[in-house]
Amino acid sequence: MTVGTHTPISQGIASSVPNGSAAAAILSAGIGSLAVALLTVFADQSAIVKNLLSIYKPTGALSGVSTFAILVWLLVWVLLDWRWRGRNLPLKRINLIAFTLLALSVLATFPPLGDLL
Amino acid sequence: MEITTRSLWTLIHGMGFGALYLLVCSGAIALLYLRSPTNAEVHSTPGGDRILGIYMTVMAALAWLTVLSGTYIVYPWYRAAAPAGTANLGAFPRSLLLSSPATKQWHLLGMEWKEHVAWLVPIAITMAAFVAIKYARDLKHSRPLRSALIGFVATSLFAAGVAGFFGAMLDKNAPVDGGQIIHLAGGE
Repeated sequence: MTVGTHTPISQGIASSVPNGSAAAAILSAGIGSLAVALLTVFADQSAIVKNLLSIYKPTGALSGVSTFAILVWLLVWVLLDWRWRGRNLPLKRINLIAFTLLALSVLATFPPLGDLL
Repeated sequence: MEITTRSLWTLIHGMGFGALYLLVCSGAIALLYLRSPTNAEVHSTPGGDRILGIYMTVMAALAWLTVLSGTYIVYPWYRAAAPAGTANLGAFPRSLLLSSPATKQWHLLGMEWKEHVAWLVPIAITMAAFVAIKYARDLKHSRPLRSALIGFVATSLFAAGVAGFFGAMLDKNAPVDGGQIIHLAGGE
């Protein structure tokens, strides 16, 4: 059965559009989030890194943390999208990785936990 | 009735962009949940797809406006260093909080978490908006896609909630104030 140009499917087995771009967006969001967390931890633990990341003095290291994390996120997104655009990938596995990275990011930005790393 | 420019920007950042983001977040989760095939009465229509796309795009814009206004407009006023020997720290919120054992954790835990966790929000919601637009017709049939979007939007709600809560408490304990005074009403 078809509806328009769309093929009904169950539980994401197939898609009218290859899911590679979605996979790239989801995984890169997890990696970008982790970049925020890792840069935060590095800046907190090293005065040299903190100074390097202070690219806009009034905002301090947060300017570099956010700027470089966004650059990492966008770069990874573009690269993954370029590689995966026309492919169908196991989204469940990619979701699991992305959610793990996202959860680690939330935890690592929490100062008492970030200080333990 | 008057307000200072710094207070106004804090208000725009927190009560404007930030609070609005928190309000629309639950709507996005509901819209995505309703794309589930078990909600048979709700069908994916071109109009509904467009609304979801616009809704998520507005959310992404709000998230970016919130973190950018917070990081580059309000935060520099918050963290400005007080000159040595300054007796009244009212114009230096960070220094004011750190000056007392009773309030320093609002900065050390509250601001330190808020300023970083908030940056996860635009990343999560921009991804969600992109996928919601590009895969609007597939959301109903792909549980992994819906799960990814709902998971990231829910996490962004949590992160924005943390940022909003600490933002409100920080402003209560050490408000960002100062700058030009804007007269809103009354007074001769």
